[in-house]
Amino acid sequence: MDFIDSPTEAAFRTEIKDWLNENLKGDFAELGGRGGPADEHGWDIRIEWEKLLGKDRWLGLTWPVEYGGRNASFSEQIIFSEEYALANAPARVSFFGEGLFAPTLLAYGTDEQKRRFLPKIQSVEELWCQGYSEPDAGSDLANVKTKGALDGDQWVVNGQKVWTTLAHRAQWCFCITRTDPDSQGHQGLSYLLIPMDQPGVEVRPLVQMTGTAEFNEVFFADARTDATNVLGAVGDGWKVAMATLGFERGTAFLSQQLAFARELEEIIALAQANEVAADPVIRQELADSYVGVQIMKYNGLRMLTSLVKSGVLGPEASIGKLYWSNWHRTLGERAMRVMGSAATLIEPTKGDGPSIGQESGPRAYDLNELQRIFMFSRSETIYAGSSEIQRNIIGERVLGLPREPK
Amino acid sequence: MNFAFTEEQDQLRDAVRRFMETKSDEKEVRRLMETAEGYDPELWAQMANELGLQSLHIPEAYGGQGFTFIELGIVLEEMGRALLCSPYFSTVGLATNAILNAGTEEQKSALLPGIAAGETIAALAFTEPNGRWDASGITMEAKGSGDAVTLDGTKMYVIDGHIANTIVVVARQAGSSGEDGIGFYVVDGDAAGLTRTALTTMDQTRKQAKLEFAGVKATSLGDSDTGWTALSKTLDQAAVCLANEMVGGAQKVLEMSVEYAKVRVQFGRPIGSFQAIKHKCADMLLEVESAKSAAYYAAWAAAEDNDELPVVASLAKAYCSDAYFHATAENIQIHGGIGFTWEHPAHLYFKRAKSSEILLGDATYHRELLAQRIGI
Ligand SMILES: Cc1cc2nc3c(=O)[nH]c(=O)nc-3n(C[C@H](O)[C@H](O)[C@H](O)COP(=O)(O)OP(=O)(O)OC[C@H]3O[C@@H](n4cnc5c(N)ncnc54)[C@H](O)[C@@H]3O)c2cc1C
Repeated sequence: MDFIDSPTEAAFRTEIKDWLNENLKGDFAELGGRGGPADEHGWDIRIEWEKLLGKDRWLGLTWPVEYGGRNASFSEQIIFSEEYALANAPARVSFFGEGLFAPTLLAYGTDEQKRRFLPKIQSVEELWCQGYSEPDAGSDLANVKTKGALDGDQWVVNGQKVWTTLAHRAQWCFCITRTDPDSQGHQGLSYLLIPMDQPGVEVRPLVQMTGTAEFNEVFFADARTDATNVLGAVGDGWKVAMATLGFERGTAFLSQQLAFARELEEIIALAQANEVAADPVIRQELADSYVGVQIMKYNGLRMLTSLVKSGVLGPEASIGKLYWSNWHRTLGERAMRVMGSAATLIEPTKGDGPSIGQESGPRAYDLNELQRIFMFSRSETIYAGSSEIQRNIIGERVLGLPREPK
Repeated sequence: MNFAFTEEQDQLRDAVRRFMETKSDEKEVRRLMETAEGYDPELWAQMANELGLQSLHIPEAYGGQGFTFIELGIVLEEMGRALLCSPYFSTVGLATNAILNAGTEEQKSALLPGIAAGETIAALAFTEPNGRWDASGITMEAKGSGDAVTLDGTKMYVIDGHIANTIVVVARQAGSSGEDGIGFYVVDGDAAGLTRTALTTMDQTRKQAKLEFAGVKATSLGDSDTGWTALSKTLDQAAVCLANEMVGGAQKVLEMSVEYAKVRVQFGRPIGSFQAIKHKCADMLLEVESAKSAAYYAAWAAAEDNDELPVVASLAKAYCSDAYFHATAENIQIHGGIGFTWEHPAHLYFKRAKSSEILLGDATYHRELLAQRIGI
């Protein structure tokens, strides 16, 4: 056990610290840590910032050097996340591309595919979205019906996806499609890469309870993509799709712990400012949230250490998702208690409220940070495998309990 | 960054687990918990002679092996798993740390080698009939100084106080209050004027005693009036030790639950295939793994003796107390009627979890302490 930087780690820490010092200025610094889930605040600034990160290979940190990355170790990833959070740098926009698609591409893509897609993720010219869920395929993802059929040297895609986050921003979609029309369940699926900017793709925003519209319905009507744009073998899409979910449930969320710790700090500061910090029940709750967020870090570090030792991210990663989503949901509820009556009002908007919710939802329903946590955290126990599904996975794959009879 | 045990540490765990499996099986636990002393002197000697457990984290200068709280945590975890009936926690987790934190060189050289060799059982007499774990709970007054101190009053809830050869007593200078004037005093177990009564404990696997002092002669351990810093540190270290011990029991009851859920059939299927049971087990795993993370990290902080210790000690004690109790409660529920019987071991863990939760302050107490320690 050792939680102190080695000399190489210390040097890496200095490098990122210096870089952030030098680059996090002006608009970027002013934006602070804002933006992110249910907050499209400063989108254009965040894109510009992300490009800077990409230019100096902080985006793509873990990729092999030959694909423009830094081949960073887990310790270095942790250090990067820590320093990034400490500096209060803008929320990232490339989660789907860098966090989910790139690791899947590196694991299953051909050299040609990697050279085609990775540089554009790094230069932030291409953003990605995740086309998994459909109206009849949520938790039961294997029930997808969107069809893909080869027509010469192109796939033709028809069907509907739903809850597709940032589809309205993305240039590409990694999409589970049924390419064998006679197949059922896990068989006959392929992991297609589909360009979003084409006549066969229609994106309709869905307004969330937060008043923002980050997720969408996506309709494919004879949408097309090149025959080569399939990741892994045709018909083998389930395996590839599950790998992506592994990244979603595993390492990708580590840096989140630091953002959560910062949120808790803000809630504690508010409790002190409005004097509820003297209330014994609130003290218990805040201390409990502190315990929870620290253990989230310790759990993450333990998991990563065992990953480094054994090389695979086991189903144990499911504990992390279940853990953080519940912790965050409780934090949101506690934040409302700390806010007290003020929690019941929406502050007059500062003029740059929700970007899309403004058009379709109630006007200027501009949540503050704590209200956003309170509301957005309700989705976190649903997406990326609901808590119920996580408990099934833990019970069956980690503990070896018998499956439910079908 | 590396959050894993070394190969040597894993080997230590294996060795202690094998030892506990043969020397402290359920039958032996039940035999010892029915005795007044609550431990087996022969096993106590074997623990010292064969595995060197009592000397583990005592520095070499005082007859120990100079390992750290990480190794100590591993040993305690395995003892907690086996529900070992032994004065180990009181001797090594409490009294030894008090002596290390408060004693002079001379006193450490005099007191620790006997503990390291397994010849001395030691106890820390801290709590009083008020049952409190904070400084103002200490009301017993010490008169005099150096080796001419007299103690009068009553200590309660003293773990293994009835069998200890050496008792480290916490008392305060006359007229002092709060964290001021607190000191440690050493008394022989058979000192004149000391009446020791073994108490009947709800958790029979860990014994407690009432100690009544009537003009008992004692020696001051280190400086008699700067004791709070040393006591506070001792309690933090003990909380870390106890957190690790609790984790061992929690892991064991999780295994019991999962095993039973796989084999018990109702409605024509194993009960573990019902989500209501499966999800309970999943939640237990989450809490047990999280408790491990907290306990191990706290052991590291104690080993490093760094500034984080007070915060992580309370953090670990709070979380592990709740997680252990919850796991033992769910274990009974998952077992149904059999889990409610005296014959089944579920209640032994349930009771150990409750007594450990309360020992050194419960989760609520430690969350409040934590709130103060992080500046809320
Ligand atoms: C904010 C947000 C963003 C999202 N972004 C994306 C995205 O970018 N791309 C994408 O593809 N999808 C996205 N999703 C969709 C998400 O993955 C699905 O909502 C999720 O898989 C659940 O599916 P569902 O909504 O159909 O609910 P259902 O599967 O119908 O579940 C309803 C309830 O039933 C429970 N349930 C279902 N099956 C079981 C079972 N076997 N045992 C016990 N309980 C069960 C669930 O836990 C849940 O409580 C997003 C969702 C949200 C909320």
